[in-house]
Amino acid sequence: MEPLLSVRNLSVTFDVRKPGSWPWTPPRKLHAVSEVSFDLQPGECLGIVGESGSGKSTLARAVVGTIPSSDGNIMFEGHDLANMYPKQRRVHRRDVQMIFQDPLAALNPRMTVGEIIAEPLVTHEPGTPRAEVKKRVRELMERVGLLPNLINRYPHEFSGGQCQRIGIARALILKPKLIICDEPVSALDVSVQAQVINLLMELQRDMGLSMIFIAHDLSVVKHISDRTLVLYLGRVMETAESEKLTTRPEHPYSQALIASVPIPDPVLERARPRPILEGELPSPLSPPSGCVFRTRCPKAQTSCAEVKPMLEDIGGNHLVACPFHEAEEVLAVNG
Amino acid sequence: MSLLEIEDLRVTFTTADGDVNAVNGLCLNIDKGETLAIVGESGSGKSQTAFAAMGLLAKNGRATGQARFDGQDLLAMNTRQLNKIRSKDMAMIFQDPMTSLNPYLRVSDQMAEVLMLHQGLGKSAAVTEAVRMLDAVRIPDARARVTMFPHEFSGGMRQRIMIAMSLLCQPRLLIADEPTTALDVTVQAQIMQLLGDIRQEFGTAIILITHDLGIVAGFCDRTLVMYGGQIMEEGPTDDIFADPSHPYTSGLLKAVPRLDQATEELATIAGEPPDMSRLPAGCPFSPRCAQVLDNCRTERPSLDVTPDRRRACHLPVQEVA
Repeated sequence: MEPLLSVRNLSVTFDVRKPGSWPWTPPRKLHAVSEVSFDLQPGECLGIVGESGSGKSTLARAVVGTIPSSDGNIMFEGHDLANMYPKQRRVHRRDVQMIFQDPLAALNPRMTVGEIIAEPLVTHEPGTPRAEVKKRVRELMERVGLLPNLINRYPHEFSGGQCQRIGIARALILKPKLIICDEPVSALDVSVQAQVINLLMELQRDMGLSMIFIAHDLSVVKHISDRTLVLYLGRVMETAESEKLTTRPEHPYSQALIASVPIPDPVLERARPRPILEGELPSPLSPPSGCVFRTRCPKAQTSCAEVKPMLEDIGGNHLVACPFHEAEEVLAVNG
Repeated sequence: MSLLEIEDLRVTFTTADGDVNAVNGLCLNIDKGETLAIVGESGSGKSQTAFAAMGLLAKNGRATGQARFDGQDLLAMNTRQLNKIRSKDMAMIFQDPMTSLNPYLRVSDQMAEVLMLHQGLGKSAAVTEAVRMLDAVRIPDARARVTMFPHEFSGGMRQRIMIAMSLLCQPRLLIADEPTTALDVTVQAQIMQLLGDIRQEFGTAIILITHDLGIVAGFCDRTLVMYGGQIMEEGPTDDIFADPSHPYTSGLLKAVPRLDQATEELATIAGEPPDMSRLPAGCPFSPRCAQVLDNCRTERPSLDVTPDRRRACHLPVQEVA
């Protein structure tokens, strides 16, 4: 099956100027995303995890097309995003929609809920009769769990969870093929978080959507996504089926990440081994040579500083970028 | 005698829209060297409880009831009396380490100030002590970095500085208000381990305020669950997690996906957190409760106290799903 989205060796760099530097000094390069490759099948959900500064959001924005990539290709249904004609690009914009982290900040405070949800439709299908627009908005509001009679209210009158539902409705009105969710539940309360996760999973299943789900909470990512991609300092460390990645991670970074996730079970939590990752993310302005994780890696060898590890397929679509990878059961799994 | 005893604490804010009752009749106590978790969602009153005890309420807030630290009533004290206790006997670390450090002062100055005030040390002795404490919270190269400004540190490092600062006078009680919410999981694990070491080493009692059930499980002896400014239930952490006796606690536990288990669909709690200025007459959780009874809506459940547990619910324990 042809993948819906195919990303090959994608790199995104930003030019950073030192404050007070001369205008003619060349800017420093910040490598936000380096040589990332992945495929996304229709109907699949890919989770992307990593610490803050790992390039998760930059990757998402490059796929949507709001940040230009500096190298590599993003192919959406066989078309390269970089060489699209404006007309094709408009179609691409319809097919790829985004849901943001801060639900209230993502909505225009001066527009009513109805106007917000209808805006993509009015932009992309300007000829649609107003009655038809309103009908579709109402249907969609009901679908995402909002009362349709709230259509003339303003965003500030809603709670965080409801605002996120408005954001979801706006993303769905054009019937896109791919939805990119950038930390859609991290700003919500625990009880509301579960409602939004269930809604997203249900919509994905019913509408056959592909989804890229970005979050720093590995438990949520594992729950919602079929496959998970672990990013560190803009590079892919490991990709595998979510179940496999969480139960038998191969890369030392994935192992450390999983070991740091607390589990709401006091008995298990006391019994778990806790290899704690020391230090913090190095600066992306001067990433370590060789393997970017080597400065914090418990298994680092001298060769790690020299050779950049390649992503290696160890079978079953499980890719690891570490020559010393070894499966480890970080979690004591029940049953 | 407990280290901190809070009895019938009520916190009310006067706003243009009328009075908002953030905390309604909260009772809790914590012993020496104990760790207590206060769990709740935003607006449950968990932070305001701590602010009231520390005398840090916003100007339009007032606290009634009693909060006795070592037998002295904190709510009856004026600022000058409170200043003798705050950071010396009880200290607090806040959620956002950037906004709670003074951006205009070097770390050395902010930390030395505490020691000079409470222990009468001279400037250079105080800075030496500050460096020793920064070493203890594992800030690399503390001697050189102590003269830096807060913005030169990363989030995790700033939180370590906050912790070091709160420990300078070896307080007997440390209140940690969402200490890891703004941090990455790997850094969160480091900070929680640090807090665990502190408890062991100094025998500090810790109140951990959080919404994250995961970090409670690994850290606290007792857990208190709050909703709408009231206690829902309280008990030993193991019991609360293994056998919740309140529909809200049991709902919360089922609503979080777990890394070690495959869940088909998450159980949800319907509705949204309550509007604190318009709380229902009965149990604050009744509008969202799946097991609501008739009298839940009209009559506020009283707090049943058994040796191990306290719970406020009309539903018999055996019937909690």
